[in-house]
Amino acid sequence: MKFQLEDVTIYFPYDNIYPEQYQYMLELKRALDAKGHCLLEMPTGTGKTIALLSLITSYRLSKPSNPIKLLYCTRTVHEMEKTLAELKLLYNYQLQHFGPGARMLAIGLSSRKNLCVNPSVVSAENRDSVDAGCRKLTASWVRAIAVENPNIPTCSYYENYDAADKAGTSTLPAGVYTLQELRLYGKEKGWCPYFLARHMVQQANVVVYSYQYLLDPKVAGIISKEMERECVVVFDEAHNIDNVCIEALSVSVRKQTLEGATRNLSRMSNEIERLKATDAGRLRVEYNRLVEGLAQRLPAQDVWLANPALPDDIMKEAVPGNIRKAEHFLSVLRRFVQYLNGRLETDNVEKEGPVAFVASINTQVGIDQKMLKFCYDRLHSLMLTLEITDTDEFLHIQTVCDLATLVGTYSRGFSIIIEPYDERMPHIPDPVLQLTCHDASLAIKPVFERFQSVVITSGTLSPIDLYPRLLNFNPVVSRSFKMSLTRDCICPMVLTRGSDQLPVSTKYDLRSDPGVEKNYGKLLLEMVSVVPDGVVCFFVSYSYMDGIVNSWHESGILKDIMQHKLVFIETQDVVETTLALDNYRKACDSGRGAVFFSVARGKVAEGIDFDRHYGRLVIMFGVPFQYTLSRILLARLEYLRETFQIKEGDFLTFDALRQAAQCVGRVIRSKADYGMMIFADKRYSRHDKRSKLPGWILSHLRDAHLNLSTDMAVYIAKEFLRKMAQPYDKNGALGKKTLLSQEDLENMITGPDGEMLL
Amino acid sequence: MADGKLVKRAKYKTSVKVPGVPGVLKLTKERFYFMPNDPTLTTKLNVEFKLIKGHKSSKECSSKQALLNLTQAQGGNYLFEFDSFPDRDQCRDFVASAIAACGEIGKATSEKPAVPHDEQLSATEMGRRIKLLQENSELQKLHRQLVIGGILSEAEFWAARKKLLEQSENKKPKQRVALKNDMWSVKPLSDGQTNRVTFNLTPEVIHQIFAEKPAVRQAYLKFVPGKMSEKEFWTKYSRAEYLHSTKNIVAAAAEAAEDEELAVFLKQDDMLVSEARRKIRRVDPTLDMEADEGDDYMHLPDHGLPQGETKEILEPQYEPFKRSFSQYLNQHAAVVLRGRVIDVELGDTRSVAEAFTRTNQAEQATEVSDENAYRERVKKVSRVAEIEDLQGPRDPPVALLSIKDPRDYFDSQKANAIKALGDAETGIRQLKFSVSKEEAFCSLKDSISEINSQGLIEPIISPEVALKVFNGLSQNISSTKYHLGKNPHESVLDQLPSATKNELLLHWTSIQELLKHFWSSYPITTKYFYAKVTRLKDAMSQIYPKLQEIKESVQSDVRHQVSLLVQPMLQALDAAFAHYDADIQKRSAKSGERPNGFV
Repeated sequence: MKFQLEDVTIYFPYDNIYPEQYQYMLELKRALDAKGHCLLEMPTGTGKTIALLSLITSYRLSKPSNPIKLLYCTRTVHEMEKTLAELKLLYNYQLQHFGPGARMLAIGLSSRKNLCVNPSVVSAENRDSVDAGCRKLTASWVRAIAVENPNIPTCSYYENYDAADKAGTSTLPAGVYTLQELRLYGKEKGWCPYFLARHMVQQANVVVYSYQYLLDPKVAGIISKEMERECVVVFDEAHNIDNVCIEALSVSVRKQTLEGATRNLSRMSNEIERLKATDAGRLRVEYNRLVEGLAQRLPAQDVWLANPALPDDIMKEAVPGNIRKAEHFLSVLRRFVQYLNGRLETDNVEKEGPVAFVASINTQVGIDQKMLKFCYDRLHSLMLTLEITDTDEFLHIQTVCDLATLVGTYSRGFSIIIEPYDERMPHIPDPVLQLTCHDASLAIKPVFERFQSVVITSGTLSPIDLYPRLLNFNPVVSRSFKMSLTRDCICPMVLTRGSDQLPVSTKYDLRSDPGVEKNYGKLLLEMVSVVPDGVVCFFVSYSYMDGIVNSWHESGILKDIMQHKLVFIETQDVVETTLALDNYRKACDSGRGAVFFSVARGKVAEGIDFDRHYGRLVIMFGVPFQYTLSRILLARLEYLRETFQIKEGDFLTFDALRQAAQCVGRVIRSKADYGMMIFADKRYSRHDKRSKLPGWILSHLRDAHLNLSTDMAVYIAKEFLRKMAQPYDKNGALGKKTLLSQEDLENMITGPDGEMLL
Repeated sequence: MADGKLVKRAKYKTSVKVPGVPGVLKLTKERFYFMPNDPTLTTKLNVEFKLIKGHKSSKECSSKQALLNLTQAQGGNYLFEFDSFPDRDQCRDFVASAIAACGEIGKATSEKPAVPHDEQLSATEMGRRIKLLQENSELQKLHRQLVIGGILSEAEFWAARKKLLEQSENKKPKQRVALKNDMWSVKPLSDGQTNRVTFNLTPEVIHQIFAEKPAVRQAYLKFVPGKMSEKEFWTKYSRAEYLHSTKNIVAAAAEAAEDEELAVFLKQDDMLVSEARRKIRRVDPTLDMEADEGDDYMHLPDHGLPQGETKEILEPQYEPFKRSFSQYLNQHAAVVLRGRVIDVELGDTRSVAEAFTRTNQAEQATEVSDENAYRERVKKVSRVAEIEDLQGPRDPPVALLSIKDPRDYFDSQKANAIKALGDAETGIRQLKFSVSKEEAFCSLKDSISEINSQGLIEPIISPEVALKVFNGLSQNISSTKYHLGKNPHESVLDQLPSATKNELLLHWTSIQELLKHFWSSYPITTKYFYAKVTRLKDAMSQIYPKLQEIKESVQSDVRHQVSLLVQPMLQALDAAFAHYDADIQKRSAKSGERPNGFV
């Protein structure tokens, strides 16, 4: 359908639109008009992504003089693929109805592991070996030697691409390319899809990639450096964005890291000796370059992860004199590693700020703050000079230099925590030194500053006023939308008691109570016998899940569950989990029905949809609090209290409930879909916990469903499923329209605040 | 039954009410015997089928007894009660064919070799026929009338229905039994006194183990029977399972170090790992979490925040012995989902193992190339992308036309045509088929100029007229349906008294059947066909007056309709008689030339 939204003609690829999508577009458009940032919460299952894509692309079409570029960030690769698939649908519609003027280039960008088509490289086990394998074939010095010596292998895909690039013919025709299609195109043309995509990022109208390409300075430094200001940046599913920001700037060092770093250092010193004997000139050239500063541009195939500190924080100045010489730099690193080793020898937990840490380094091993700051870039330069291609072997020393650069750069918002052992296993010594970032606003600050509009959106951003504080920005629009439902297609319930009427909870004192485990098992058993197709269960942690599944197995409950459905489980191994999910879907498709056990905060909870028959019921066993004794968390809570005046308890509850809401929100994809959500823990019935749930869940949570036991929940489930199986009118009951056609939109009068008057 | 014999347990009764004498009923092609269980009783029977005129049976329903009543030609009858209806039906059919055969023999004993009848029927074939008869009451009636009435033989009757038999065969694919979703949990049975634990392995369990643990399967093929006996193998396996169940990795590693065969069971399954690698390339990209990991530079080793989870730290030498319950759970569910992939008797362990290996290899060989897998994945994603309820219906709503049996449709069409032929009102327009291009063009030009001068009638056809025509046509079509009696709704037949209706329908079906056989017997090449045709003709000529009777018996208000209904039947019969007479004349003329009397 095609309709007018103020001065923009919107091309929307469906015949109907939900009212909340319309309002969402309106708010988004106002934010774009104001060239400001915005924060939008809209329930899952209301077609957020397509509304967003459709508005921004239509906005671009309506303002051809000053076209905006869209940088769409997703958390995971599979979300990236889904977004691109939706965009493709939209693109085809726009081409058909707007004409060739709607042509655009949209690409997804990922790592070499996901884009490489060279079979000898991509078959490597993990990402780092793929990266290294690629470098071994494409590094500039390797190619230089290969020109003279045909026995040196190179990558034909890269060579073809490079030849085309030099001839100026290496372009992608307009269209929408998913990662798969990029690979297909690359294969057809014989060009390297990875470098082609990297090259096309500058020209593309829409780029879809993962968060870290903007947030992690190491990656953003090479990928997103040259994006213009006229970009709209979208962070989809951004409820965890503060955690992503914090993680981007955190490093931890263990004994193994330091051992590896020592090995790396000795290999590098051997290399230097060899080079001195054979080609001393090269080291001299490097020295001269370092005098001029690090602001050199390297050939695309040679770059690797950039500086972990934020671009604005790196001063454009020459590398300090005392680490310009390769041997000197190595000895600095050796001393630093030695220092870290010494710190790990401690028997007590130590916590200090970066300033004190740097001061202590300076007094003990004589490395000052400025030297630390340049460590990462200096290492990078040295490795290029030494022509090291197997970069995956050098991850340890990189970690150490990361740490050095970060502590050398930031004096606030971080702490260093040294723990001699894990709190939960005090008998196993496992010393670790962690540099943790507490301030989420640090990593995202350059994004807010560089781009004209940043859109943060998700199904769960409650309470919506917390995010601007955590991320330290001022949104021009900040709104939370309700869901207008045609029928009550979601049925949240709070289950507080098991079948024996005793309370259930994952609270610490009840967690390992066999009665609670049994009650949880009985709940699931009752539910799998009444709910058709897919059932998803979320547990609070892997260890809890393993424990309870084992105890169900021993008590025979698991066997009874298997009488009804197949059982799949998330493990820490992604390959296995992916296959389990694939089989789970097959089981649901074939009508066999299955249960999936998963972990809140795990990879599955983060991005896999259990829509339609893939999930008719989600059970959240317990409240997914973070491990509250973790010192990192405690340090962060302290920082939050001091800086933003956010109470610890409030933050923990907020964090736990956004995870829970995120888990249960995965069952709904559209209004035609339906699903039940069971919060199985007595603590959910308390007002302070429950009220942190997003509004669209709360509005369906009836008072009668707040304090249920297993038998009542089963009864409600039966009733609900029976009701949902009835035919219904998609357009909504009288008076309340939940599906608007083009005609409806044309007849609509919009109120001043965007409310719709029909 | 294959040898022309049938033995069933039954009770011989003198009347329905009495309990009866339990015994064994034995049927052969010529006669039946009844032996009571109690040898002292004197109710032994030995009766020839020649003496049996017909048989009756009780209706099949759970509350009634399964009875079979054989009526004797001289009056009197034999009543048997069977344990179950299938038993009874089997006997009934046997009796039916036996009676028919005896009748046949009685009539034309000399022509036996030419008769393609009473081939030795297999039990399944018989079962299929019985089933068809049970499912289709019309067919049953027809069968009773024609076969039992002696007009057609059993074989002749079914020969015309080979297709039906095959269909019913194909309709029901053999149901495959799924795997039991039951994990073989290693709960060793210990007797509490000695230090012995016992494991129970059944062929089913072994099948499951082979399916879930390819490494064990491979080891079996490798070790048994060359290196160790089957028993030793499973003992070793059980030992390994026991070690796992104790969750003592260190002990497992220690044992494995001493015994390399045991180590095979204790180590992680490499074949599963490689299979996973293969499969991961084909999963739905919207689920592919491995790709995520490949894109995640945030979680470089030692970067980012450590997860709140404690990872079990294992010394590297124990790493291969780590095995989680979750892994087992997933593998088990995957195997159950796949179902039974091999089609081998479970008893022989070796052949089961080999069959698994074969299917695996076959699967790997038939795997489509990467390219196709890509395209498939791409398609899958775009299908997922759509939001279903925002999209209006794609095509105008169309009710699917489903004709259960196309023959029904065409038959009704033909009946329609026959009827139309009878209708004098339908004038046949003369059409000229060989039209040259010029002529066609001229005609078109004329009509165009005509329209130009007179103007187009708007609309071209008035809706009322169209509706009338449409209604007329559809009524006509629906009214012809009664010929087959398939649609009981709103047909002319409903206006008739039900007795007349049933009679008409019965006659119609039997006439059809007879005619089918009649026409298929031409040209007459053997004596057998000659006899058959004569038989059929007699049967048909018996029906003829009956039809006339019906026509006259009904009330005057429906008489017209009945005669309309009967008309085509009579016509068809007339045609057959005419053909028969013509053929006889031809034959007699021929036989005049050949006075030796050879037909």
